Amino acid sequence: MDFRLNEEQQMLQDTVARLVRGEYSFEKRLEYSETELGFSESFWKQLGELGLMAVPFPEELGGFGGTGVEVQSVMTELGRGLCIEPYLQSVVLGGGLISQAGNEQQKEQWLAGIATGETQVAVGLQEPQSFYNTNDVETTAEKAGSDYVLNGRKAVVIGGHSADLLVVSARTSGSSRDASGISLFVIDANAEGLDRRSYPTIDGAKGCDLFLNNVKVGADALLGNEGEAADVIEYQVGRAISALCGEAVGVMEVACDLTLDYLKQRKQFGVPIGKFQVLQHRMADMMSELEQARSMAILAASVADEPQSDERRRVIAAAKNVISRSAQFISEKGIQSHGGIGMTWEYNFAHYAKRLVMINHQLGDDDFHLERYAALLEAN
Amino acid sequence: MNMNYTAEELAFRDEVRAFLDAKLPEDIAAKVKGFRKLSKEDHQRWQKILSEQGWYATHWPEQYGGVSWTPVQKHIWDEESCRYGVPRSIPFGVNMVAPVIIKFGSEEQKQQYLPRILSGEDWWCQGYSEPGAGSDLASLKTRAVREGDHYIVNGQKTWTTLGQHANMIFCLVRTNTEVKAQEGISFLLIDMNTPGITVRPIITLDGEHEVNEVFFEDVKVPAENLVGEENKGWTYAKYLLTYERTGLAGIGLSKAALTHLKQLASRRVKNGKPLIQDPTFSQRIAQVEIDLMAAAISNLRIVASVEGGGVPGAESSMLKVRGTEIRQAINDLARRAIGPYAIPFVEEEMDQAYDGEFLSDPDAAPLAAHYFNNRKLSIFGGSNEIQKNIVSKMILGL
Repeated sequence: MDFRLNEEQQMLQDTVARLVRGEYSFEKRLEYSETELGFSESFWKQLGELGLMAVPFPEELGGFGGTGVEVQSVMTELGRGLCIEPYLQSVVLGGGLISQAGNEQQKEQWLAGIATGETQVAVGLQEPQSFYNTNDVETTAEKAGSDYVLNGRKAVVIGGHSADLLVVSARTSGSSRDASGISLFVIDANAEGLDRRSYPTIDGAKGCDLFLNNVKVGADALLGNEGEAADVIEYQVGRAISALCGEAVGVMEVACDLTLDYLKQRKQFGVPIGKFQVLQHRMADMMSELEQARSMAILAASVADEPQSDERRRVIAAAKNVISRSAQFISEKGIQSHGGIGMTWEYNFAHYAKRLVMINHQLGDDDFHLERYAALLEAN
Repeated sequence: MNMNYTAEELAFRDEVRAFLDAKLPEDIAAKVKGFRKLSKEDHQRWQKILSEQGWYATHWPEQYGGVSWTPVQKHIWDEESCRYGVPRSIPFGVNMVAPVIIKFGSEEQKQQYLPRILSGEDWWCQGYSEPGAGSDLASLKTRAVREGDHYIVNGQKTWTTLGQHANMIFCLVRTNTEVKAQEGISFLLIDMNTPGITVRPIITLDGEHEVNEVFFEDVKVPAENLVGEENKGWTYAKYLLTYERTGLAGIGLSKAALTHLKQLASRRVKNGKPLIQDPTFSQRIAQVEIDLMAAAISNLRIVASVEGGGVPGAESSMLKVRGTEIRQAINDLARRAIGPYAIPFVEEEMDQAYDGEFLSDPDAAPLAAHYFNNRKLSIFGGSNEIQKNIVSKMILGL
């Protein structure tokens, strides 16, 4: 048993850490966030040039077939820097869906670009009514000759405002919330009939809702077998949850460090406020939450690329439940420990705090995953 | 990153399982799994079996009759023994006073006491807490005054677990009142049969006699029963407490309790369906199972760091808090699972030998009492608040 990163994994993480340190001061991040693109084009390019976007892909695409642990190594550092580039959406989720469901021609067409960052992908799996349930798909894809015509709306597509390619789920048969009958399509961002309502997110990134009005795509846009995408989506969302756990741990580490520094430096009643036991115990609780989150991130990474099973499903649901709760706890208690300064835009802690709570709203919140876990309970 | 056991470790686990399959008495395991009372005889019967196997003293060097398990092997033993319903070793002799004697005691003390601990001849209890010294242990007042080749001990100890069975007690006593509290404490080994010692039961809220008060009135203790140096007792006490704290998180026990809970919830019925399928209750179980999953990995991370040569530090304190909260949450759910039958206090049904008709589920009777009894988990071994103080100081530097 050994919970340390091996040399290669450590080097990978150090590479990302160096890059983030160089490019991602707090002030720069605010600048990136306010651009039309909504993130740093140059940082995105460097992630590609350094091979960091190729991490989960096979060697022929310049990657090293990295699995859960390697992806988390990257994500943790992106989290520490509070990076707003859509790595999770493009590389992990978009790349993952195409890798798993795509045919050889599709993979050849798209993966190389994703692995270098030339192509940015965004993924639309949610809809206004779906509330985290990826089987709740009302967007339709109707066959018209050899083509498909898509109609519907995809909700909160992070990175969708700037994506070159969009991967969306749509129903080719069955009724709303059926697992069967869901298909995946790859749509060019410039496709006719595709409208986007773009917006900034509260945690500094950008996204959009996608409106599909008679968007016509060829049969070569269909990823995998028609009507059989639910399992692929579930599996890849599992990988993305593991990656998101990695990011969350990075964000939580910095949030805890900042809070601890503040307790040591801020004086009231003539002493550092960290001398007050009520604040000490709260800080100890925050650290304990971070440890639990770390443990679950490790466990999620260990199953992320394993074949699907109820055990994998349980671990993924448990991990997202724990991470979401820890993240919100650290966010709220961290703001409270900082007092007024924790409420200000100028101070970086507030931005970590916002990201932490929004992680709960991505890929299913703690209640959603608790329900999933409860449904998989074994009587023993 | 590797979370798997090695082939050797798996072989060891098989060996543990084979031993427990063959040697663990069924009646004892049933009592443990059902949270029923164990008698002194039960403990002694099991200790004898463990000693014969050579697996009783897992914290001792081999030269004294211990077994040199790696941290991972100890972890495997803990997991398996909890799963099988092995009684918890009464730790005061084998896991508490013995490591102190081995590290700080004289050669004579080692020869006199260690074999008797191994054989079960001596039953030790712990004389630490006093009415005025709980979390603030160093403020203890029990006095030991040197007179010739003896100490004369006067004072009172409390919360002495299973002191009613013990023939030996290790005590922290004050030998110097002139210096800082921590610097005037000594560590004495005292025969419970010495004149002047009185043991009085404390009945806890669940009706149990588990803890006691021990009174010392002009008790004459031979000077050779001093461990190490006079006034150095606090150092030895702290050394002992690190032994006490390992395992206090009780991850294996929580896993066993969760299994018990899920079986119970599968038998109980609500709205015509097994309770385990009830939307609210299944989510309560799911939440505690998820939290236990995380704590189990945190525990493994500590085991792995010790295996790699590290020392478990204040991480154990964090895990003690988390682990005891989880176990209390499981006990809470078990009590809820029997609904109104948590209310009757039917002592005869708590006895494993009971062969009458059960008022409700056969497992129901001890559950409410067990829940109340385990409120102690967040109090003993350094209360959870004290653990957070340790984290603040040792990890956070506050």
